[in-house]
Amino acid sequence: MRILSTFLVGLIFGLGLVISQMTNPAKILAFLDIGGNWDPSLLIVMGAALATTMIGYRFILRRPKPVLETAFHIPTKTVIDRPLLIGSAIFGLGWGMAGLCPGPGIAVAAVGGITPLIFILAMVLGMWGQRFVKV
Amino acid sequence: MALHGRIAGISGIVAGVLTPVKGDWTWRIAFMAGLFFAPLIVWLVTADKPQVEFAHPLWMTIIGGLAVGFGARLGGGCTSGHGVCGMARFSKRSIAATVTFMGVAFVTVFVLHQILEF
Repeated sequence: MRILSTFLVGLIFGLGLVISQMTNPAKILAFLDIGGNWDPSLLIVMGAALATTMIGYRFILRRPKPVLETAFHIPTKTVIDRPLLIGSAIFGLGWGMAGLCPGPGIAVAAVGGITPLIFILAMVLGMWGQRFVKV
Repeated sequence: MALHGRIAGISGIVAGVLTPVKGDWTWRIAFMAGLFFAPLIVWLVTADKPQVEFAHPLWMTIIGGLAVGFGARLGGGCTSGHGVCGMARFSKRSIAATVTFMGVAFVTVFVLHQILEF
């Protein structure tokens, strides 16, 4: 049950990414290219996702517990620290270079040829390497 | 969230696969499998293969991938975890993270496309 439902959640999330073309690196880079032929359409996607989540969370978090588990797992950190800012800056650099972030990277693995696979490999390597670095 | 009480942060889900903890592994694989099959379903239904265009050189994808993986872990999240889920909870950390990575991404693309003309 748990496996089936997380599969479906991943599938729905992926469908959203594919249909809104967030899985197309050229489209992402056009969105980030404010100095060139700027394509702001992904703002609508992000805004819609944010609005849906905001409203959804309001109702969901009023419940004592989620439907299929015993407790909510909400991030507890509240401090804006160096790792957060440096990590996010490095992430932004990578996103701007590759035109892919983790979700879309996985979602194009089956249809994008060899390049997405190289991206995923590099991303996993980066995640692994991060364990050895302290800032 | 409604079903499992979790944030749908993709980088965190992937990272959890790399360091398996008993009982905390299969749902991550299932979620990623869902992501993986999504474009195939769109392809099947619409008969159009989803467009995936890489207009930029391969080395940018490689360096970018490394930075995305490294940065997302160090910063504790990516576009989905900080940008959508965290912002929706009005988390100060996530707002700071999102402003940072969006800002740096805009600057990166500006420098690469407009100044260096890749």
